[in-house]
Order: sequence, then C-alpha cells, then structure tokens
Amino acid sequence: MGDVALRVENLSKQYQIAAVQRRYDTLRDQLMDGLKLVLRRTGQPQAGADTIWALKGVSFEIAQGEVVGIIGRNGAGKSTLLKILSRITKPTAGRAEIYGRMGSLLEVGTGFDRELSGRENIYLSGAILGMKKAEITKKFDEIVAFAEVEKFVDTPVKRYSSGMYLRLAFAVAAHLEPEILLVDEVLAVGDASFQKKCLGKMGEVSHTGRTILFVSHNMAMIQHLCTRAIFFNQGIVRADGSPRQVIDTYLAETVTLSKTGLEERTDRSGAGGIIITAIEALDNKGKPCPNPVTGQELILRMHYQCRLPKVFLNCRVSLSVHKDEHVYFLLSTELVSRQQLNLKGIGYLDFVIPDLPLSAGEYYLNSFIESNKIIEDWVIGAAMLSIVDGDYFGTGRNYPEGWQGRCVLVKHHWALGEEDG
Amino acid sequence: MGRSAEIMIPAPNVVIQPSETLLHLDLGAIWQYRELLYFLVWRDVKVRYKQTAIGIGWTILQPLMTMVLFTIVFGNFAQIPSDGMPYPVFAYAALLPWTCFAAAVGRSGTSLVGNANLISKVYFPRLMIPLAAAVAPMVDFLFSFVIFLGLMGWFSIAPTWGMLALPLFLILAVMTAIAMGLWLAPLNVKYRDVGHTIPFLIQFWMYASPVAYPVSLVPEQWRLIYSLNPMVGAIEGFRWALLGHASPDFTVMAVSAVMVVALLVGGMLYFQRMEQTFADVV
Repeated sequence: MGDVALRVENLSKQYQIAAVQRRYDTLRDQLMDGLKLVLRRTGQPQAGADTIWALKGVSFEIAQGEVVGIIGRNGAGKSTLLKILSRITKPTAGRAEIYGRMGSLLEVGTGFDRELSGRENIYLSGAILGMKKAEITKKFDEIVAFAEVEKFVDTPVKRYSSGMYLRLAFAVAAHLEPEILLVDEVLAVGDASFQKKCLGKMGEVSHTGRTILFVSHNMAMIQHLCTRAIFFNQGIVRADGSPRQVIDTYLAETVTLSKTGLEERTDRSGAGGIIITAIEALDNKGKPCPNPVTGQELILRMHYQCRLPKVFLNCRVSLSVHKDEHVYFLLSTELVSRQQLNLKGIGYLDFVIPDLPLSAGEYYLNSFIESNKIIEDWVIGAAMLSIVDGDYFGTGRNYPEGWQGRCVLVKHHWALGEEDG
Repeated sequence: MGRSAEIMIPAPNVVIQPSETLLHLDLGAIWQYRELLYFLVWRDVKVRYKQTAIGIGWTILQPLMTMVLFTIVFGNFAQIPSDGMPYPVFAYAALLPWTCFAAAVGRSGTSLVGNANLISKVYFPRLMIPLAAAVAPMVDFLFSFVIFLGLMGWFSIAPTWGMLALPLFLILAVMTAIAMGLWLAPLNVKYRDVGHTIPFLIQFWMYASPVAYPVSLVPEQWRLIYSLNPMVGAIEGFRWALLGHASPDFTVMAVSAVMVVALLVGGMLYFQRMEQTFADVV
C-alpha cells in the first residue's frame, strides 16, 4: 500500500424523505407545517420515521494509484458517497480526508450552455470542472480532436447531434488532470465506438498512477479497469476487495434479490427506449422450465417493451451467459441472421438452443438491446439459470471430474485411422 | 526521530466534515476561483445577447427609454425639480447606477435556482454564482455610460475631475447588489416565493432612491433615515461625479458605506451557513 489518497471514517448521510419528495418548500407550506407542529406539540421535527440514511457509518481507505470501482443497486448510497467526497453536499456525521487535488465528473456536460459554441463550452465547462484557463488553452486542440468535432467548434452546441454533444462533453472531462478523480456512471449512453474510446482513455488515465473512484453498473468495465471494488448495499459497505470477489458477491445478491421482476430493476444502463421486462426459460413445448437439464432444447424468452411510440430500427438483442466472471457464450441476433430487426410495442424474442451445452451449476445472464448503435437497455445479471446435469453425449459421462460448471460441452465424435508406416 | 516522523505525515488537502456551526468567511476561495468568476460573467453576457436581434443594443435602450419616460412624466408633467440640471441628464446620471443595480439584484437573487444543475453536480465556492450574476451587469453599464458621454456633449456639460471618483460609487452600488444577492439567493432556494417578490422589491426600492427626484425634495428631518438606503449614497455620488452638482454629503456617504458593509458581512455569513444544504434542497 502506498500513501493514502483518501480516507473515509464512519461517514453517514441522512436525508429527510419529506424534503426529498417535495423538492422545495413554499413559505406557506413551511408556516403551515410549523403551525401543525406547535398544535401537535411534537418537540422533535427530525423524527426517525421521516428520514432515511443514504450512508450509514462507511469507512475505507484508498491508497494513491488505486482504481476503485463502486458497485451496488440504485439507492445503495454510491452517488451520495461521490457527492459528499466531491463536496457537493455535507455528511451528517463522520469525516473524510482527501490528499491531493481532486476532480469529479458526476455527469456529462456539466456547465454546458446550449446557446454557446463548442469552443466557448470547452472553456466554460473546463473552468467549472476546475481547470485553469491556460491549461484549457494548452489542451484545446487535443480535446477537439478527441471529440471529433473539428468542423463544428464554432457552431452553437444546440445544433450538435446528441452524439457530438456527448463526445465533446466527455472529451472536456476526460482531459481533467486531477490526482484523484471521482467518476459517476457517465458512460452509460453514447454510441458503442465512442464508449470504447472512452474506455481506452479511462484505461490510459488509470495507468498514470492516478487514484480513481468510479461508480458503474458495468461489471465488465469494473473488472477491466479496477484494481479493487467496493460493493454498497443500503448505505453500508457490503464487500470490499478484489473486483472478482466483490462482483461475485454483488451478482449473487442482486440476482437473488431481483425475484421481484426484471422490469422493476433500476440497476440498468442505456437510453431506456426499449427495456427487457422479463426473461423466461422454457422447454421445447413452451412450458416454463425452472431447472434446465444439460443437453435439452432450451428456449430463452426475452420479453421486451418499447417505451416510445415508434419503431426501433436496426436492433441487436443479445444474451450472454456468465459464471465466475467468464463468458461462456453469447446469443446474439446479428450473429445468426443478416435480417434487419425492428422492434415496436410489446413482445418477446426467443433464443432457441437446440442442445444446452452447460454443465450443472448457476449461471448469470446479461441482457442487452441496442437500436441504431445506441444502447437502449443493458442489465448485468438480468436472470439466473440453475442447470441440472443431464446426459449430453448419451454416454452417461459429460466431463472429467472437477470440471463441473467450468466447461462448455460440444457435440463431437471420433474416428480411428491407420497410417502406413 | 519522533519529530521527523511527524513531519513526514502530510496534512490532508481537504477535510470533509458535517456542517460547521462556526461562522467563518472564506475569502481566499474567491481569489482562488477568480478565473471561474470571469468565465461565469462572460457566459452571462454572451448568452444574454446571443439570439437577440439588436444584441448589446438592449443595454443602451433600456436606460435610454426609461430616461425619456421619466423626462416626460416626472420632468414635464409632474414638474419635479432637478437641481438646476436639464432633467434628462439628471435622470440618466441616476439611471446609470440604478439600472446596473436593479439588474444585479434581480439576476443574483434568482441565480442559485437558475444554476441548480451546476450546484447539484460539481463543487466550487457557491458564492461565485450570485457574485458573477451581480457583476455581469457592469458590462452593460459600460455601454450605457458611453451614451451618457454623448448626452453630456449634447447638453454641453463639461466633465469634472470628480468623474475619477465614479468607480467608487459604482462599486458602492454593485456591493449593495451583491449583499442583497447573498441574502435573496439562498432564501429563494428555500422559498420560491422570494423569486416573485424580487421585481416588486426592486420597484419599491427605486421610489425609495433619488432616481426620478433630487434628495433635496426629501424633508430634512428624514434625511438620515433616508440615507440608510445605500443607493442614496451611490446615486448622489454619481450625480456629483458626472454633473458636478452640489458636493456630496459625507454623512450620507458614510452611512451608506457602513450599511453596505453590514449588509455584506451579514449576507456572507448567512450565505455560507446556507450553502451547505443547497445541493440537497435546490
């Protein structure tokens, strides 16, 4: 462990639910509330029933150069933590010490003004994010090149496409050079190729010895970029350690918790124009199949719902099967057919696996939909498959001992030949 | 050895703790973030005139039209005295600081609510927001001041050395506006009613200031109370510096200055106490 970059001790934040719901008070409301209080003779307006703890006694220490992923379902306290650390809001109790210059990136396009040109916005947003004017001038060309908006620097950003806008906004933020960087889930939108570019930039940043704290629902990204992960649940640290371990704990809890239904899950990324509302496992007769057997014909039915009254063109729907951070295989519409897929309204899409090649064990499914290269919905651990061993090869033997749950089965045969020698 | 070990432990750059009850003024932060202040003012000015047909012309038209209106209504119909000056110049000299002040109070009073998205997404001293909003109208002031020089030529009024003191009186007016902004902006975050009150407050304030009439019209025994309004000092100062009319009343100036400092310090303390909850409430 190197020098400490960030020390958090017993940090807690309490919110008043009433205030959260009403957003702002009018003087009349306040007066009426005051009057009611007096009439009821309740001396303590801060009664426990109206408050929630967004963070409850959180402690951890981050060394310089660590890249830490913060995971957890929505409302687990991740964003509150970032808001406190970036000094946007004050904690109710506890303390945090920050060693070094800190920058935070809680949304894409902080401080952008739609009336101003790209050039003007680079300066404005840069200054708001904490850059000096000279620093921005020095990096100006680099930012413009990264965002690929060279031709439009002097056009008001309100005339930009949403993709250009996001690229420029991210480019400004990506060129911040603080010693400690706080990043909230800002990469959830945008087209796939730009996401890849951002990932590359983040990776570059993480190799320069900078300390990064990074909230994301994208487990692959956490696994790829982070040296450590912290899992928050209901305002407390649930797990803290290597990304693999922590992601496992997270997925195990999340998928078990999500029996309430995929539709209500909030830990998803994407534009949200179409969402996957449920995933079902069915047998070849269309009957629900809670425990699929190795080798059987399995239908994975993805129920979708378009939330906008339009046709989503050029869709790609996919489902990947994971276990212990390994991808076992990918089912994807564009891999098996060249036919254009357009979605509208409510419906379902079946993936048919003629002979299920998985050995016994628990697997996670990640669901993904994009339309015209824009990610609409992406859920990590959208469902769990609990597979029971079956006779895949018809020989009673599927794999060597110790390979259970760690291999994919492939239909094959063998033949013997003789060579003249 | 123990000593050197102690030295090796670096102090944290920032310590985050629950709201401090201790009152303190963090003036260093303003200096540290001066570039941001510049950019916020620059944005205000740019955005305001970006899509208007006559752009910066509005800054000139506004006081000019008011002057014409005042000249007709107060100067001609009501025959309000103007201490021997041509009424248009008399009114315009007061409208210069007044327009600036009214815009500054209006904009800074609603500035926090208007920048809610910034407040909830990024940290910088919150003071920058009302400060920038209050300072931005000074840019407009420069343009309307040029028009004033034209007016002086038209009415053949020779400039005096007193004009050099003009920045002082402008600062007095802007400081008053900043102080009001520091009180109004946090109040508006908490109670949106305040936003509706501001235009009325400004209108009321204008009649309590010698914009359309001279101070000499105010009965002697009320003068001291009257000059508790810092804009009295600022406007009188402007008239003296620009038109050389009657030397300034130093009692009035002193009372105004003391008032501004009191409002400003109180506003700062109030603002810094309230700013810790902005992000949760706005």
